[in-house]
Amino acid sequence: MADPTDPQASGSAPDSRIVRINLTDPGEGLTEAEIVDIKVSVGDTIAINDAVIEVETAKSAVELPSHVAGTVTKVLVSIGQEVPVGAPLLEIDTSGGPAPEQSPAAGDAVEATPQETAQAAEQDRGQDPDSQRDADPGQSVGSAQDAGSAQDAGADGAAEDAGEDQPKNLVGYGAPSAPQRRRRRRTAQEEDTQVPIDRILAKPPVRKLARDLGIALADVLATGPDGTVTREDVLAAQQRAMSGDTVTVHDGQYFPEESPQAPEGLDAAMKSSRHQPFAGVTSDERTTRVPIRSVRKRTAEAMVASAFTAPHVTVFNEVDMTAATRIVQQLRGSREWSGVKVSPLVVVAKALLVAIRRNPEVNASWDEDAGEIVYKHFVNLGIAAATPRGLIVPNIKDAHLMTLRELAEEIDELAKTARAGRTPLSATREGTITITNFGVFNIDSGTPILNPGESVILGIGAIKEKPWVVDGQVVPRQIAQLALSFDHRLIDGALGAELLRDISAVLEDPALGLVWG
Amino acid sequence: MSAFSTTIPPVADQEPMTQLLAPDGTRTPHEELDAVLAGHSTASPAGAAEGDASATADPGPDLASPERLRGYYRDMVMIRAADLEATSLQRQGQLGLWASALGQEAAQIGAGHAARTQDYLVPTYREHGVAWARGIEPMRLLEMYRGISHCGWDPYELRTHPYMIVLGSQAPHAVGYAMGLQRDGLVGTGDLDSDTAVLALFGDGASSEGEVSESFTFAASFQAPVVFYTQNNQWAISVPTSVQTRVPLAQRSRGWGIPSIRVDGNDVLAVLAAVRSAMDAARAGEGPRFIEAITYRMAAHTTSDDASRYRSSEEEQQWADKDPILRLRRHLAQLDEIDETYVKACEEEAHDLAMRLHHFIHDMPDPDPVAMFDHVYAEPHPVVERDREQYLQYVAQFEDDADSTEGSGATGGGSGR
Repeated sequence: MADPTDPQASGSAPDSRIVRINLTDPGEGLTEAEIVDIKVSVGDTIAINDAVIEVETAKSAVELPSHVAGTVTKVLVSIGQEVPVGAPLLEIDTSGGPAPEQSPAAGDAVEATPQETAQAAEQDRGQDPDSQRDADPGQSVGSAQDAGSAQDAGADGAAEDAGEDQPKNLVGYGAPSAPQRRRRRRTAQEEDTQVPIDRILAKPPVRKLARDLGIALADVLATGPDGTVTREDVLAAQQRAMSGDTVTVHDGQYFPEESPQAPEGLDAAMKSSRHQPFAGVTSDERTTRVPIRSVRKRTAEAMVASAFTAPHVTVFNEVDMTAATRIVQQLRGSREWSGVKVSPLVVVAKALLVAIRRNPEVNASWDEDAGEIVYKHFVNLGIAAATPRGLIVPNIKDAHLMTLRELAEEIDELAKTARAGRTPLSATREGTITITNFGVFNIDSGTPILNPGESVILGIGAIKEKPWVVDGQVVPRQIAQLALSFDHRLIDGALGAELLRDISAVLEDPALGLVWG
Repeated sequence: MSAFSTTIPPVADQEPMTQLLAPDGTRTPHEELDAVLAGHSTASPAGAAEGDASATADPGPDLASPERLRGYYRDMVMIRAADLEATSLQRQGQLGLWASALGQEAAQIGAGHAARTQDYLVPTYREHGVAWARGIEPMRLLEMYRGISHCGWDPYELRTHPYMIVLGSQAPHAVGYAMGLQRDGLVGTGDLDSDTAVLALFGDGASSEGEVSESFTFAASFQAPVVFYTQNNQWAISVPTSVQTRVPLAQRSRGWGIPSIRVDGNDVLAVLAAVRSAMDAARAGEGPRFIEAITYRMAAHTTSDDASRYRSSEEEQQWADKDPILRLRRHLAQLDEIDETYVKACEEEAHDLAMRLHHFIHDMPDPDPVAMFDHVYAEPHPVVERDREQYLQYVAQFEDDADSTEGSGATGGGSGR
């Protein structure tokens, strides 16, 4: 529970030196955001306006600056988590922070006695002392509601008083649930009675549905705007009724006995259950339903669009990577390349670029609307990356102009950015050809699906030591399988095969790169 | 051969752009505009001698004196700091929204200082530099974006209209005001200290609004003393200027018979000279003028927007090289009129301003929820009185909690949205 004597009420935890940073609405009327980066860790000293958390909303990726200076004492969220507006993100101890930046008001409060601060709080609020009753820690109304909202946030126990601790946000732009959290003043008549049924808000068709299903609106958990009961609420209530779950009535609002818990290991996004209160494990506990959103949704759309518009053909070739592997090792050992991450992927990328140069017709796209084939005079080389948030394909712009070293640096940078979940949208646009590396999963091959708008994708299998015939002798060599998918509308089999042969040739005999590159 | 004239040039660069300061800070001479900066207004043959004699301001008539240049530099540094702070405050949940003017500092500080004290300025919602130059404290702007004031300053006292959110809606008001000035006999008397003109500000996006075209019509028909000033910041939210118009904006007004010029909006001197010259022409009774200032909105449209979704970082970098503040600093350095001490002092002052704004907003008490009824009518009004009563009753039925003390009574009540 919030400290009733808390003078600041603005994101302060019970100890007034501890200030909480909550998720603000970073746009207009947004209700939730996904944590994509946490820029601080416990013990870090931060100044006012230092970026502490990066979130992605339906509208944009946004860095949230701290409104106080101090030391980070708690991180209440994790990367990938989807949290509602108003949820606490960090706790900051402001007592040791750079003094000059500190608000004088907060400093004074530390010295004040509880009574003084209580009075100050009343004065601040400009409201009657009646409100003390509301702040009584023993009162059940507050705890039930606040515990509910804290669990929604997926935060730990420290966040239980999130509802009380709302900073001075502009509520008009905040979560739609904010007005719902405000409690109607209970009048004497209401004190002992249930809320009359005619005060429950629902549209006529919803009322009819409830009647038809034999559901009393009073038993329904309202999630609609301004506390209205929606069609989904009625259906959820019916399901609960069938499965024997119960709900509890608190002061005219209805709360499920337990908030649904997402099982360990599933995407944290599903824990955001404020708008789908029963997303998660279904009532028979035999399936788990997760909303399709964000990267998963985009991936699915892209894959469907690609697989069903471009007729795919995949060709395979086993390649002796021994020479290429040796180059990688040489570069890793050389002083000039210290600090640069070199992997076989870099060499394959270079081989692909050389091969494209010999077969420029493959670097093209099919423009259905214009009735044209667009041949590109540049290569924006996409690298498919598995990230915590799903599959994304950022590309290296003008890769055809790059030296091997530049390529290595770009690939490393791109992978780091992608893993950190910070890939900007612009990096995923305007790709021309993509490489996907099955090797990281230690499998031999696959049939890659084209990145939409592109005509070629090269898959690389794991490099494994295998018996190989060289000059009539069976010797152990480093072998990998390459898989090349192409859009058969504009690339004939012969051309696709030639491209794959050229890539293979450069990898087997890197000196060819000197001749062709 | 078609009977129609087909000389529609592609938008690109069919219109020359007047520039006095190159991005590297080099000064390009310009006979007419240099005279304007020197205080010899060439706007009106009759007013020229008058202007010279009646230059009253203490720093002297030279608008490009080193002292003034340093002042513009400081102004721009200050307003940029305020702008960045406001963005942070929005991210901290303290402002409902913020429309950043990052990158448009020269276009705004120049225009703001070009207007004379008696002139009336009619802004959009992104004129933070203009407001600064007119003496409006940044706190007043932040209050509005916090949603607790309708305007924040006295439009009559500071001769600057409230911020207008609806695109282009202010253009007819500006023309109407200018026509009023004509009828009050405040135009063309030859007295630069009392003759008045109106500066109507709008963006490239608003130029597509019907009101702007209608305003051109009225201003031209009545030869109203109004200067239309467009900051073409290249983007109307996500729509590039090339979609807004087939001809350079500067050429549009000529179809109405309104003389126009395109200036480099990241060049504070070019803006200053062009706006001063146009305003003096308008006040002298020569009719309206149109100025297109080419600039760049370096931030997103507002804090609700993500510019990386529709424009490239290459483009942003290209414009960063034309940064207006950097440019003036380079110019001052070339004149040997700026040193590290001054630059540092400006930065410190700007940081102080930012921190003042930070604490001002964070520590701000919430207004009385019924204060919003106070200025609906000048005098008591029965309907408003009833509304006030009903609203008080509505607010009173909520128990007190943290939320209700935090302005939700004012903003979250009613429909809740």
